[in-house]
Amino acid sequence: MKKNILYAFITLCLVITSCSKDEPDHVHEHELITTMTITLTPSDASGSVTLQTQDLDGDGPNAPDVTVSGNLKSGVLYNGAIVLLNETESPAENVTMEIEEEDKEHQFFFTVGSGLDITTEYLNFDSDGNPLGTKFSLIARSAGNGLMTVTLRHEPKKPNSGLEDAGGGTDLEASFNVTVE
Amino acid sequence: MIKKIIVLLFLLSNITYSQNCNYTFSGKVIDLHDGSPLIGAIIISSNSDVLVQTDINGNFNITNLCEKTYVFNVSHPSCESRTYDIKISKNISKNLILEHHIEELNEVSVFGKSNDEKSKTLIENKISVETIDNYNSGSLGDILKNISGISSFNTGNTIIKPIINGLHSSRVVIINKGVKMEDQEWGTEHAPNIDINSIESLKLVKGAGLLEYSGDAIGGIIIAEASKVEKKDSLYGKTILSNSTNGRGSTISSRLTKTYSNGWYGSIQTTYKRYGDFESADYVLSNTGTQEKNFSFRSGMDKYTHGFELYISNFDNETGILKASHLHSAQEQLRGINSSKPLIIDNFTYDINAPKQTYTHTLARFKGYKFYNNFGKLNFQYDFQRNRRFEYDIRRSAYKNLPSIDLNLKTHSVKFDLLSSLSSNLNLKIGILGRYQNNYPNPRTGVKRIIPDYDKFDLGFYSILDYLLNNNLTIESGVRFDYTHMDVFKFYNVSLWNSRNYDKKYSNLVLEEYNNQILINSKLNFSNLSATIGTRYNLKNNSKILFNYSLASRVPNPSELFSEGLHHSAARIELGDLSFKSELGHKLTFTYSYDGKKTSLSINPYANLIDNFILIEPTTIQQTIRGSFQVWEYRQTNAQLLGLDFDLKYKVNQKFNLENQFSLVKGYDVTLDEALINMPPVSIKNQIIYNNSKSNNLKLSFQSEYVFKQNEFPNNDFTVFIPQTERFELVELSTPPKAYQLLNFNSSIDLNIFKKTKMNLTFRINNLLNTSYRNYLNRLRYYSHELGRNFTLNIKFNY
Repeated sequence: MKKNILYAFITLCLVITSCSKDEPDHVHEHELITTMTITLTPSDASGSVTLQTQDLDGDGPNAPDVTVSGNLKSGVLYNGAIVLLNETESPAENVTMEIEEEDKEHQFFFTVGSGLDITTEYLNFDSDGNPLGTKFSLIARSAGNGLMTVTLRHEPKKPNSGLEDAGGGTDLEASFNVTVE
Repeated sequence: MIKKIIVLLFLLSNITYSQNCNYTFSGKVIDLHDGSPLIGAIIISSNSDVLVQTDINGNFNITNLCEKTYVFNVSHPSCESRTYDIKISKNISKNLILEHHIEELNEVSVFGKSNDEKSKTLIENKISVETIDNYNSGSLGDILKNISGISSFNTGNTIIKPIINGLHSSRVVIINKGVKMEDQEWGTEHAPNIDINSIESLKLVKGAGLLEYSGDAIGGIIIAEASKVEKKDSLYGKTILSNSTNGRGSTISSRLTKTYSNGWYGSIQTTYKRYGDFESADYVLSNTGTQEKNFSFRSGMDKYTHGFELYISNFDNETGILKASHLHSAQEQLRGINSSKPLIIDNFTYDINAPKQTYTHTLARFKGYKFYNNFGKLNFQYDFQRNRRFEYDIRRSAYKNLPSIDLNLKTHSVKFDLLSSLSSNLNLKIGILGRYQNNYPNPRTGVKRIIPDYDKFDLGFYSILDYLLNNNLTIESGVRFDYTHMDVFKFYNVSLWNSRNYDKKYSNLVLEEYNNQILINSKLNFSNLSATIGTRYNLKNNSKILFNYSLASRVPNPSELFSEGLHHSAARIELGDLSFKSELGHKLTFTYSYDGKKTSLSINPYANLIDNFILIEPTTIQQTIRGSFQVWEYRQTNAQLLGLDFDLKYKVNQKFNLENQFSLVKGYDVTLDEALINMPPVSIKNQIIYNNSKSNNLKLSFQSEYVFKQNEFPNNDFTVFIPQTERFELVELSTPPKAYQLLNFNSSIDLNIFKKTKMNLTFRINNLLNTSYRNYLNRLRYYSHELGRNFTLNIKFNY
């Protein structure tokens, strides 16, 4: 009696364990933003300046690589354009279009540190006429050095009076060490 | 067995009639389950004037019997009565067997009076059916808090995990209708997937001593059972409707049971629950609504000598997570913590939006038993569980309606056990268990999987021996061995894999590399030993002393081993460790209990020393493109939990009762010489109860609950750079909230308006004074206060 039970049990265990297993599929993290490139094109002949943050390992241990290609010139009006990429995919996915399609649910914010005398203005807006910010203008009125922080909020309150009351969730935040000559 | 009796009866009946009234019939009345003698059982004959009672050893001796067939009715307060037809034609000796029914528990008893004890040397805490019915709109965690030493770890107000003497999640084993729940209990924001309306008997043991269920219950075991059905032709049911003002919702649950005198029975039960946003004392807790749809079915046959039962249940829940708690970075965390109320407060709604969880737990269980003469009771059980869990975050564009977490956990278990009475005072229980589990995290989420794909195999053996040395002293001992094999496939970030030196230690596990990710296959084996030994000594004056030592071993769970990445709902990066060993807990429990006419009390000090205790704590701050995140890493240490639970009941007179509960637990990380995180603060509960059984069983009670501030905690505060202020600011995550006191009112009355239907009304006010408070053991305590005042009206029909 006992023996039979034991045999039955062992058989059952073997049946259960004998199923083979496939390797799991690799997840494509389409939503990920790894890279933000801000190109500042001057209205005069001086060269354009690129601000970039790149975090290829997402929430992995490596910190984002933040670069500023050069110094800004005071008194010059710059046209800013933001491009967001997901470089974990090849070819890299352009996420900017997604953000522009869902313009009502997104907004970029520009926070200028105290060492800088920079003002920004939104150049593109959602269908309700509230700012989006993938296109903007920037002017530095005097020389200086400090941090300029760019934040992308998802589902902020719109309209708002700035980051303080915008709420929503941060999709992106990068601080650039900017020098104005 | 039955055949033998028939043959015996047949032989006996052939003896010729002659009126001789000198025969004796003697024997013992014993318990069907463990063969223990039943003291004070009454044997009465319906066709003569025999009336005897069993003595202290369960023996009876009926003299002066004539030669005829007697009909003896055998009864015992805690058993189902049974009738025996005994043909007397000579002196006979025979044991009469009774089976105890599970008392339809009428009161909250924390003094383990039942004969149906799971452990002989650990106090069992029971929750009455009345209390379960009363809380039918709540959760398992809500109900269990009525027991001293039990608190809960909450995520908001609907996701509630029981804490037993300071421990929770994987360290608390839940046995639901004999099945060990496999419902992804590892996560602190994963509530037990049980409909409390499917439970008719609820017990809790604050220790690992119940080796027949598991060897890894370092915290304790919760046992939820269905009630025993009576063997008679009957159809009965129960319907409870509960309405609450807070959450503006209702719960309705119904159960219908059909029983037959031949032992067959069937029962169906269903629950529907719907609540909108709950409210704190001052504001709406936006997106905290919940919805639940459950059913269960049970059918079987129960003869005294054999029986079987099929049980099927489905639990389906959707719960919103406080919208203001869904944060994306440490900067946002700071914003949330510094705000005196949630950052998002919308108008009340029944809608449940992301962030939210939905989960479905399906359970199917078949069990059977058979008694073998001189051998014992053999039990067999097979069960299947499927746990589907989805977590929805606030996502972008095409992924809006896709869950971020999609898990499918399937478990099959097979179990045999044998209960045998080796002699009248020595019982042996042995068993063998096999389990197969598969977890499938669906890649369609487009989010990196935190919990990996895995197959897990468990094989366990156990043996439990209890020995009644004399009437006052019982010794119990048990030993269990468990073997666990895990076969895991997991993707890691290459950068993380290398930063933890896994590329050197575990390079042999790597299967493939994709871009920035690496696929590994890890095969882990654990061999665990668990054991228990204890004694119970009954003292003369209605008091007893219990002492128990239990050794429990727990295999690290998948989240502790493999977590790697951003845990969105906690706004932190969590990292497991592949090298973890099993946790080993030594728990010493001492209980003194006294059960007098006016006073009952129980004092229960304990010490739980845990080697390789796995805890998670913050180590560093990590920069990502989304902002800064605190990194929480699991590590193993040696921990020590010391505590005391105290219960006192005093009967002032026929109508008034006073009750007091006190719980204290201190947790230390011995290795680092600091306090353990998330230990329940000291709490005191006092209750005054008025009960007038003459006027419709009217009950009124006032309860005060005082929870102290937790003064012992590790400091995990950190600073983060805020661009707006251009300063590093302190994120105060560690500081526990202030002490608070809550007042609750409860009233209940029975109304017999209908002939066959009993009606019971209960009216309850929780947080009577609408106190605004925060709870240290709520993960969302930084972002919102606890619930405000709540009026609940329950209407119950028993028919």
